[in-house]
Amino acid sequence: MPDDPIRILEDKCVGCGLCVKACPFAAIVLEESAETEGKPKKLAVIDLEKCTLCGACVEACKFDAIEMREKAETAAADLADYKDVWVFAEQADGEINTIAYEMLGAGRQLADELNMNLCALLLGHNVEEKVAELTRRGADIVYLVDRPELAYYQDEPYAAVITELVKRHKPCILLCGASTIGRSLISRVAVPLHTGLTADCTGLAIDPETKNLLQTRPAFGGNIMATIITPNHRPQMATVRHKVMKEAQPDDSKTGRTIAEELAEALFLSRAKRTEFVPEEETTVNIAEADISVSGGRGLQKPENFSLVRELAEVIGAGVGSSRAAVDAGWIPYSHQVGQTGKTVCPKIYIACGISGQIQHLAGMGSSDIIVAINKDPEAPIFKLATYGIVGDLFQIVPLLTQEFKKVLGK
Amino acid sequence: MHIVVCIKQVPETTDVKIDPETNTLMREGVASIINPFDMYAIEESLKIKEKLGGKVTAISMGPPQAEAALREAISMGVDAGILVSDRAFAGSDTWATSYTLAKTIEKIGDYDLILCGKQASDGDTAQVGPGIASQLDLPQITYVRKIREIDEKQIVAERLLEGGYEVIAAPLPCLMTAVKELNEPRLPSLRGKLAAKKAEIVKWAAADLDCDNAMLGLDGSPTKVVKIFTPPPRGGGEMLEGEPPEIAKQLVEKLKDVVLAAGA
Repeated sequence: MPDDPIRILEDKCVGCGLCVKACPFAAIVLEESAETEGKPKKLAVIDLEKCTLCGACVEACKFDAIEMREKAETAAADLADYKDVWVFAEQADGEINTIAYEMLGAGRQLADELNMNLCALLLGHNVEEKVAELTRRGADIVYLVDRPELAYYQDEPYAAVITELVKRHKPCILLCGASTIGRSLISRVAVPLHTGLTADCTGLAIDPETKNLLQTRPAFGGNIMATIITPNHRPQMATVRHKVMKEAQPDDSKTGRTIAEELAEALFLSRAKRTEFVPEEETTVNIAEADISVSGGRGLQKPENFSLVRELAEVIGAGVGSSRAAVDAGWIPYSHQVGQTGKTVCPKIYIACGISGQIQHLAGMGSSDIIVAINKDPEAPIFKLATYGIVGDLFQIVPLLTQEFKKVLGK
Repeated sequence: MHIVVCIKQVPETTDVKIDPETNTLMREGVASIINPFDMYAIEESLKIKEKLGGKVTAISMGPPQAEAALREAISMGVDAGILVSDRAFAGSDTWATSYTLAKTIEKIGDYDLILCGKQASDGDTAQVGPGIASQLDLPQITYVRKIREIDEKQIVAERLLEGGYEVIAAPLPCLMTAVKELNEPRLPSLRGKLAAKKAEIVKWAAADLDCDNAMLGLDGSPTKVVKIFTPPPRGGGEMLEGEPPEIAKQLVEKLKDVVLAAGA
């Protein structure tokens, strides 16, 4: 139908099947169509429900038989009003989450390429002294909203305040950490602004021609990557995966401006109210933020044996993770689960002890820098991903590693 | 109490493989399931109904085949299913999806609580739940791991955060998203299966919703996919061999600089 976003031009399609092969989503099939000149003709048919409009088939078609409809363009002049690269500096108890520094690192490059300011957005209460840290990490301007209602994260006032500031100052790009808080918050900003939001990006770059933000993210548990743009709306919004981008290093000579914002009282109201915060009992490092993770799986055999994993983690300052099997067996709380139904982590080193490496687990840790796999089964899928693989008995090897690290690190 | 559960039909991703020759996802023959996180949302809605009475309506936006997901929800105990399906929705990103689902929920009208899974296992965005709450201007509690109290007026729930959990009280109507820890989804009962077979799935198209057509599908979606590719394969790994103490030494030697840099 002519109104469909993508369609096959039946008079041009020869039924060669090139598009079927090119489609990453298996959204195209060849079907018999009405006979022409006595011979049955094959015709490509696109399943619009599966199609993501990625355009791979349009490129593959040698007969110009696939047509993609362009969206109605927004006036380009309006887009030019939007300037600067903004980073939401998430904080808890006045401590800035390090993801903000990673976004300032990535944001600096984007801002320089666009010849724009890099700005940080700091919401909280009695957080003024943290402004200097954001400046040292590269922020040219820090927008500060310091109010008791913002002392800790709450969906409604945080979203209302950021939405208002975006309307007021019109940033070109707005980045936010892909944390629990970031993901709860940022849809509530993108919706009222009616602009594009791309989740959990692992790559950000500027298109040299169009100056659009190229947002690259994994999908299907990391099996494919997609690059996404927001061509006709501003700001271009994205959440960024923790531990992927390089942190901006502090520079004491860096100077910047602070703009303290005054806002209407109504923006600070919240219908949902936090009554209590209960920190996790586990004493080790938080797995989502850890630079190093040590994870245990079914190979540990008993819940007590998690102590082997914990001891190693403690010595090397790592977070403790686990496979789904260990969580389902009740050996360790769900908050430690890495994988599709748990957390996605991206540490510098991931040590998998007795984890076979089901695809759901690999989806949650496959982008770690260095992966170490210790497993007695040489056929375990985890070895396909491992930087260093050890086929052996984890009950022997893990304690030896702990000892050896203690020696080397002088502990 | 009228609870609306939003569910999505997704490929059972365990079986998704890459075709080594064409480097594309092989999805043929892959079974479709209800998004795993939505199962926790369904289960929780049934528990609340058991406690407070009322009804549960499951809604899904998707192709005609998604009707199967709604029937499965009914077999678990959900009272009614609504399928929102239209060619006009093709190309919807998370903005247009949350708009369409919000318009569907508006048409349902008398809802008290909306439940979603924290994210879908194929897209992994976690943007649609909060997006619906925002479209409907409702309070939300995301990443819920436990409902402490619920009555006709209010819900008190635990939200899982990175460093612990927080307790949030919100007035109804409210939207919440479920994590795995919330419950153990039940299996369909025989009676449920019979009900699912007989149930009439309500079907709504764009024309049935009070919506602005410019906000639907491709036109309503601010984002655009420009490229899809397979991530570069990881470089060939190294297998460490020898006696265990030797292996431990080798590995520590290889890792110690990174460990020191990480500040151990």
